[in-house]
Amino acid sequence: MPAAQKTLADLRTGERCILDRLDLPESVARRLMELGFLPGNEVIPGHRAPGGGPRVFRVDGSEVALRADTAARLYIRRDPESDLIVLS
Amino acid sequence: MSDCHGNAPRASLLPNPSIRPPRSAVDRPIIVAIVGPPNSGKSTLFNRLTGLRQKVANFPGVTVEHRMGKAKLKGSQDVFLVDLPGVYSLHPRAEDEQVTHDVLTGERADFPKPDAVILILDVTNLGRNLVLAAPILSLGLPTQVLLNMADDLTARGGKVDVAALSAELDSPVALISAAKGTGIDRIQQFLLGTAARLNTPPVRIELPVLQDLPKCRQWAANLGMRASYRAPAPPLWTRRLDAIFLHPVGGPLVFAAVVVAVFQSIFSWAQPIMTGLQQAVASSGQWLNQVLPDSPWRSLLVDGIWSGVGSVVVFLPQILLLFLFIGILEDSGYLARAALIADRTMAKFGLQGKSFIPLLSAYACAVPAIMATRVIENKRDRMATIMIAPLMTCSARLPIYTLLIAAFVPNIPVIGGFLSLPVTVMLGLYVLGFVTAIAVARLLKSSILKSSGSSFVLEMPPYRWPTWQSLGLRLLDRAKVFLRRVGTVILVVAIGLWVLAHLPYSHGKAPDLEHSFAGMTGKAIEPLIQPLGFNWKIGIGLITSLAAREVIVGTLGTIYGIQGDEQSKGLQAAIHQDLSTAGAVALLVFFAFAMQCFSTLAVVKRETGGWRWPIFQFSYMLALAYSGSWLAFHATRYFLG
Repeated sequence: MPAAQKTLADLRTGERCILDRLDLPESVARRLMELGFLPGNEVIPGHRAPGGGPRVFRVDGSEVALRADTAARLYIRRDPESDLIVLS
Repeated sequence: MSDCHGNAPRASLLPNPSIRPPRSAVDRPIIVAIVGPPNSGKSTLFNRLTGLRQKVANFPGVTVEHRMGKAKLKGSQDVFLVDLPGVYSLHPRAEDEQVTHDVLTGERADFPKPDAVILILDVTNLGRNLVLAAPILSLGLPTQVLLNMADDLTARGGKVDVAALSAELDSPVALISAAKGTGIDRIQQFLLGTAARLNTPPVRIELPVLQDLPKCRQWAANLGMRASYRAPAPPLWTRRLDAIFLHPVGGPLVFAAVVVAVFQSIFSWAQPIMTGLQQAVASSGQWLNQVLPDSPWRSLLVDGIWSGVGSVVVFLPQILLLFLFIGILEDSGYLARAALIADRTMAKFGLQGKSFIPLLSAYACAVPAIMATRVIENKRDRMATIMIAPLMTCSARLPIYTLLIAAFVPNIPVIGGFLSLPVTVMLGLYVLGFVTAIAVARLLKSSILKSSGSSFVLEMPPYRWPTWQSLGLRLLDRAKVFLRRVGTVILVVAIGLWVLAHLPYSHGKAPDLEHSFAGMTGKAIEPLIQPLGFNWKIGIGLITSLAAREVIVGTLGTIYGIQGDEQSKGLQAAIHQDLSTAGAVALLVFFAFAMQCFSTLAVVKRETGGWRWPIFQFSYMLALAYSGSWLAFHATRYFLG
């Protein structure tokens, strides 16, 4: 696995990506997968809580908030066909 | 929000499972479980189906609550519904998932296995919601699948072929809207048919391996495809509202405005109703005094019970208003955003955004708040939240706060007329409780409850209009709990106090308050509380309010009721005799900090599994209260000259 693989924490708002793998303890990973963070699913970062708090991610039809340290453990691959879209 | 001060009754609606007839009999009550993911509209549906015929109960041994209710049906067969905790899967991990799993599989000895299941799913996100259908259908119970929020689906341009999905799942499927009440007849038909369906074979469809989440998700996606499911457009209004509520500047401003507006309206709207109630209590007391013959019994009834209980009942409107606002915030979906906004700040004090939800509930009552800490997966975060929850200004503090503020704080405008001084003082007390709570949390989390890295994962539900029905039921529930307390704890304390204040008899006459047992007790602790600016009468109130904070107002009512000549002057005027302004400030601070609530201690004991934590909590809060009010007394005296 390349050391420089990007994570959800590296994305700008509205930047689509495909989730690749979750590097988290089993219980947290399972909870996240139930909420839609399954490898292969599209994830779009949305609003960040004011003051740099957790961020809302659009995934599998719903919105889930994660802290930056959790987002940094979710590795992604860029979807080649995606463009930058603006969420409003 | 769950049961406040609840010694919640067990599910006695049901007969003992061991003496129940075999499953084939149809003359016994039928039980149908309602299951669904969080935010799927489960509770709204339950309210819709049962109305007022429901009650909250606890499974013995665990803290998970469930609601039982009798379905409103036309047939002669009784069908009982049980509303189980919302789950994403049946993979038992958290306590509430374990309970849902055990009830559905019939592994709980104290609860009969349901005869059928109603699975409610949010049809606006069918793909992810259908994942739960796999473990539920694998149970082999007759199951009706409800696709809720059908109105939302069509409004946002989505669609689904119900007949096709029904065929794929080999189970009845219905599109409904629990909030609007559409499709309810289909559920009632299903419920009426439960008895006839008891021995139907389980569904004959192929289910994915339940442990394999990606497989389950794929299965759900394929189902959706075969049912021609078209997902609705994203909820525009939720996007628009989030752009405001989560705006870097606007978000916190809205948050602050909501909090201020809630408190300002509690005090201005509730005031006329409270004044009316107060007058009703006073004049009915006088009327009783006139029509009853003079005897110790009249004194007990009028001075003991009527003024004691009456002075607490007047706070019902205010408490209900607070619960109404919290209910609106919770049902509309704003509370999840508030938790998100709060997370960063809470993290600084060693807590997390999820602590915010119980802490906000604690403004109404610490008991449901402590039960709500179950959403926090991290044990140490949860313990710290439990320890500080009672420092939040709960509604039981409102009676004494309102009384003292009305009696001692002049009604003059401050901050350019935006707020009045009484409201400012009240807000100050709320801030005092909050600031102290986070300071204590910080201390605990950097010492005995130190933990490494906790996570914060929270789903943001779409914004929805709260329904009048669920808000109404919630308020009715609160009112019942409050009145039950008035009818038990507060009544008992009022009677007990009256008796102690009228004994010992000397020369066939009741003693002065000062020479009664109650007075002697007050006198005994007077040296301890004199440094705080309290005399022995306030001391009696402090002792009785150990049971519950609001009791002090009833006690003062009884004390001054006993003295007879204060009836017309009212409690506010009477209390001036015994309390200086500095003493009043000290008393406010004492009540802000002290742990005067049996119900809270009991629930903390239950949640933490022993007396260690509740004793620690009681002691640290008492120490805070004593030193805080000593400081407040001397500081106020110094500044007021």
